[in-house]
Amino acid sequence: MIRVENLVTYYGDRLILNHVNLDCPAGETMVILGGSGTGKSTLLRHIIRLERPASGRIFIQNQDICPMSEDRFNLLRRKIGMLFQSAALFNSMTVEENVALPLRELTQLEESTIRIMTRIKLDLVGLNGFENFMPSELSGGMKKRAGLARALAMDPEILLFDEPSAGLDPITAAGIDSLIKKLKAAFRMTIVVVTHELASAFRIADRITVMEHGEVIATGTPEGIRQSRHPRVLQFMNRIPDDEQVDQQEYLRSLTQT
Amino acid sequence: MGLIRFAGGLYDLSAKAAYWTFVAPFKGRPIKWGDALHQMVVAGFDSIPIVALISLFIGIVLGLQGAYQLAKFGATYFVTALVGVSMTRELGPLITAIVVAGRSGSAFAAELGTMRVSEEIDALEAMGLNSVRYLVVPKYLAMIVMMPCLTMISDFAGILGGTAFEMAQLDKTFSMCLSATRDALLMRDIITGLIKSLVFGQIITKICCYEGLSVRGGAEGVGKATTSSVVNSIFLIIFADVVFTAIFYYTS
Repeated sequence: MIRVENLVTYYGDRLILNHVNLDCPAGETMVILGGSGTGKSTLLRHIIRLERPASGRIFIQNQDICPMSEDRFNLLRRKIGMLFQSAALFNSMTVEENVALPLRELTQLEESTIRIMTRIKLDLVGLNGFENFMPSELSGGMKKRAGLARALAMDPEILLFDEPSAGLDPITAAGIDSLIKKLKAAFRMTIVVVTHELASAFRIADRITVMEHGEVIATGTPEGIRQSRHPRVLQFMNRIPDDEQVDQQEYLRSLTQT
Repeated sequence: MGLIRFAGGLYDLSAKAAYWTFVAPFKGRPIKWGDALHQMVVAGFDSIPIVALISLFIGIVLGLQGAYQLAKFGATYFVTALVGVSMTRELGPLITAIVVAGRSGSAFAAELGTMRVSEEIDALEAMGLNSVRYLVVPKYLAMIVMMPCLTMISDFAGILGGTAFEMAQLDKTFSMCLSATRDALLMRDIITGLIKSLVFGQIITKICCYEGLSVRGGAEGVGKATTSSVVNSIFLIIFADVVFTAIFYYTS
C-alpha cells in the first residue's frame, strides 16, 4: 500500500533522511517511533508530498508519486487523510465547516448530504453537538478529534497521523489511541502513525519502525521490537538518556572558543 | 543570494496567481468569488474612511504649502490646479498604496504566516486544495478591483481638502474651485494615476502574500514577515513610482 525506497532528503546541507525504507501493507497500522529530530515527521510529510525528496521513491497503491503531476496526485490525495500535530483546523471556520470543506470543494454532493456526512464524521470522533464551535473554543484533545473528523471526511483508505498524542494528557491520549484502533477495525484503513510515545505505539501498532538520525534502525512487530538487542532501540525503550560529554579538554575549549 | 531567492519566489507566486486567476477558470476551476468579495470588503471597503481622511488632510496641506509659495507671485489662482494635478497624478495613488500596504498588506502577511505556522496551509495542500487558489487569488482579485476605486476616492478627498482650504482662506467659491480643477485636469492625469495604483496593488499583494507564505519558525517569524512585508512593499511601491512617473513623463 505504502512503500518507501531509499529516500534521501536534505534541509539545506543537513541530511534529514538517509536511505529510508518503509513498507506498510494494506490494512496495517505502522508506527514510526523515534526521538525528536529523527526525521520521522519529515518522512510522513514526504508520503503526502508536502516535501520533495532529493532521491528515492515513494509508492502509494503501487504508483510512484514523485514524478506524478500535481493534478494526478491530488486525485490520489483524496484517498489519504492526514491529522497534523497541531490539528491544523482552519481557525476562521466552525468545526462543521472545517469537516465539510473537503466535501464542498472536492465533490459535487448536495449541501444536505454534506451536512449529514459531516455529522456522521463528528459523531464518529465523539464531537456530536460541537458543530458550531470555533476551533479556538475547543480543548487540545477536541481539536485533534475535529482534525481527525476532517481527515476522515473523504472516506480515505490511508490515514496519516503526526504525533496524535503530543501535548495531550494520558487519558485523552488513550482516547485518541482507541479511536485509531476503532477506525482500523471498522474501515480496514491503512494507518501510519508518527509518535515518540512508547505506550501509545505498542497499543496501536501492527508493526513498528524505529528511526534514529534519519535512518531506520529497526523494523518489526511490537514483540520483535521489545526483544531487539540494538543498543539505541534498548536505550529508547528503557528511557535512558544520552551519556554526557565528559572530555574536560573538549568542554573547556567549547566554552572559551570565540 | 537571498535577493535572488526572494525574486524567484515572488516570480513563482505571481505566475501561479496569474494562472489561477486568468487561466484555471476556463479549465473548470472557478475563482472563489465569495472569498474574493470578502477580501474586497475587508481590504478595500473598510479602508475607505482612513484613505479618505488622510487624503483630505494631504489635500489641505497641499493647499497650504501651495498658497505659501504661489502667493509670492500673486498666483493663488493656481493652487487649485496644483492640488488637483498632484493628487491625481501622484499623491492619490501613493497615499492609497501606503495606507493599504500598512493596513491590508500587513494583514495578508500575518494571516498567511499564522496559517503557515499552525500547519493550516499544509492541511489545505494535503487535502489537494491549492493554497494559491484558495488564499492568494481572492486577495489578488480584491486588490485589482479595489485599488483603483480607493485611489479615485483619495483623489476626490484630496481635491475636496484643497478646495475647503481655498474657500476658507483664499476667498474662492466652490464653483470657482470646481471649474479651475476641471480646467487644470486632463483625463491623462487621472488615468496614469489609476495605472500606478493597479501596479502598487500588485506589489502589495505579491510581496505580502509571499512573505506570509514563506514564514518559518513560529510567532516570531510571523512578526518578522509582517514587518518586512510592509517595509519591502512600501520600498517597492516608491521605486515603481519613480519608474512609472519617468515613463509617463518621457512619453507625454
